[in-house]
Amino acid sequence: MLEIKNLSVKLEEEDKQILKGVNLSINAGEVHAIMGPNGSGKSTLSYVLSGKDGYSVTDGSASLEGTDLLDLEPEERAALGLFLAFQYPVEIPGVGNMTFLRTAVNAQRKQRDEPEMSAADFLKEVRARAKDLKIDADMLKRPVNVGFSGGEKKRNEILQMAMLAPKMCVLDETDSGLDVDAMKLVSDGVNALRSEGRSFLVITHYQRLLDHIKPDVVHIMADGRIVKSGGPELALEVEHNGYADILAEVA
Amino acid sequence: MAVQMNKDQDGLAKRALPKGAAWADEARLSAKARVEVTGLPTKRDEYWRYTDPKLLTSTEAPYAAILETDETPHFDQLDRLKVVFVDGVFDAAQSDDLSAQGVVIERLSDVAALDIHWAKDLYGTLETAGQSPVARPLAALNTAYANDGLVIHATGNAAKPIHLIYLHQDETSDAMLHHVIKVDPGAALTILESGPAAARFSKVIEVDVAQEGQFNHVQVQGRDHERRAVTHCFARISRESAFKSFTLTFNGVITRNECVIEILGDDASAHVAGACVGDGRDFHHDDTVFITHDAVNCESRQVFKKVLRNGATGVFQGKILVKKDAQKTDGYQISQSLLLDDDSQFLAKPELEIYADDVACSHGSTSGAIDETALFYLRSRGVPHKEASNLLTLAFLAEALEEIADSDIAQELQDRLEGWLGRRNA
Repeated sequence: MLEIKNLSVKLEEEDKQILKGVNLSINAGEVHAIMGPNGSGKSTLSYVLSGKDGYSVTDGSASLEGTDLLDLEPEERAALGLFLAFQYPVEIPGVGNMTFLRTAVNAQRKQRDEPEMSAADFLKEVRARAKDLKIDADMLKRPVNVGFSGGEKKRNEILQMAMLAPKMCVLDETDSGLDVDAMKLVSDGVNALRSEGRSFLVITHYQRLLDHIKPDVVHIMADGRIVKSGGPELALEVEHNGYADILAEVA
Repeated sequence: MAVQMNKDQDGLAKRALPKGAAWADEARLSAKARVEVTGLPTKRDEYWRYTDPKLLTSTEAPYAAILETDETPHFDQLDRLKVVFVDGVFDAAQSDDLSAQGVVIERLSDVAALDIHWAKDLYGTLETAGQSPVARPLAALNTAYANDGLVIHATGNAAKPIHLIYLHQDETSDAMLHHVIKVDPGAALTILESGPAAARFSKVIEVDVAQEGQFNHVQVQGRDHERRAVTHCFARISRESAFKSFTLTFNGVITRNECVIEILGDDASAHVAGACVGDGRDFHHDDTVFITHDAVNCESRQVFKKVLRNGATGVFQGKILVKKDAQKTDGYQISQSLLLDDDSQFLAKPELEIYADDVACSHGSTSGAIDETALFYLRSRGVPHKEASNLLTLAFLAEALEEIADSDIAQELQDRLEGWLGRRNA
């Protein structure tokens, strides 16, 4: 599904190398988690994959189902099936949440030469999905993320994910700012979307999210590289001992 | 019809005033005298510092190409009474019958010939009152020379909106219209206006809203690129009345919209809002608003948004004056521009002048570019760059469009804006 080879990236403005040769291969249906200390490059990886400005790729490649992602516009990557759940979902005053969702769904369909979703079908689908995530009619009507609590914003990200039905979902610290109940709700939403044809890359600081969203593979990232990969037990090791042991081990 | 506005006023003295009944002649002569005292505006005047009035006062015949479009006419879906002016001249054949429940509509040229008519107390009166503390010579010039317009008397709930359609068919037309509107106690009236009107257009509306009356106004200016317009709306509103005016402007080399409102009765409200979209170095749009609070517990709002690109210029001069006894005043003023490139500019002069001690007034003015973070968020969801940028532009204008009371009208204007943006970004 997602194939990242020797990906090296620097910040355009500061000429600072952030990613120093990331290798990662995620098969269809798999859930991978990336953990790592602050500043290790986890969020940068998610931004570079989704096409945010301000980064320049100095080496390596990233492809989704064999299509090179790095030369594509963000909207083209999305239409191919890449989705990034933002760590800090953006507030957009003046744009209704429903309008936003429908515009996104149909913009992707248009790019894929698929027929647009009818207003009635869209409404039916969005209501069903929203209900599962305990998103009420008021939240759907309000401007995108404006005045939403931290938990509401993250649930809204998962709603978008559900409506857009991507193939490759990247979740950037989706657990940050969530209380225990909200984390359960968001995790349930993610788990409901797990399927054979859909893969996940879950970026997190904490093992507790991985109690809910059980990964197949856990990677530890440090200083712009993936330094260790293993099974779910690797996350537990981090939880108990911190990163110091692992980093010392690989140094 | 064409009235040349000569800067040195030599032409002015020689020009013939329209003839009417004694009261009309007197009003016109006195207006002419007001212009002679102040002179026509020049860029040296403080009130015209950001907008060069040259194109409005020049003597040479203006030329404005006529925009060919097959778009649906404005407000076509609404049940309304249509009154058509072609290059500033009333066109009976294209207009509806002027009679409607709750409202009496007459032509200024007819009314001005009558010895006795209520309009004699209003014509030029509100314009004269609006000359202080700032002179508005172009409005006085209009009072002096305008020969056509509507005289509208709302006696109850007007059965339908009155839609003034301003067609532009002559590439060098120089038109003046002057409307006088009286809203009786408890009556309600909606006025819609649309169209480029003329190559050069001067319009004055004087509105008197009695207690518990409601006046609702929506105008759309555009879309001919070379058109020039100066409009004045002078309103006087009484106890528990409501005044609402919204203007949408597309294109035009110069548009100056002045709105002067005096709130004279307690518990009244006055809302003035506008949105404009301009593309290119030759777009210049100016909103100049002056609201005077002279009564207790009144509310006023000024909400203006401008989208400017490719070197376009936007101007806002807005003032809230709260007199000594106008306690419990709630005044709000916001003017914002979305600059889509580095060449465009927005010049704002927000002013508050408050003499009462128990008031809540706020004002703000901002200029900014498209929010890149929001743009990326939309694009990451699959919305292409241009579509995302248009969506954010409409979102920027939303606060102004929310000032429109009627949701069908608001929707239509939103669709027109989408069309405009779509044509630019095609």
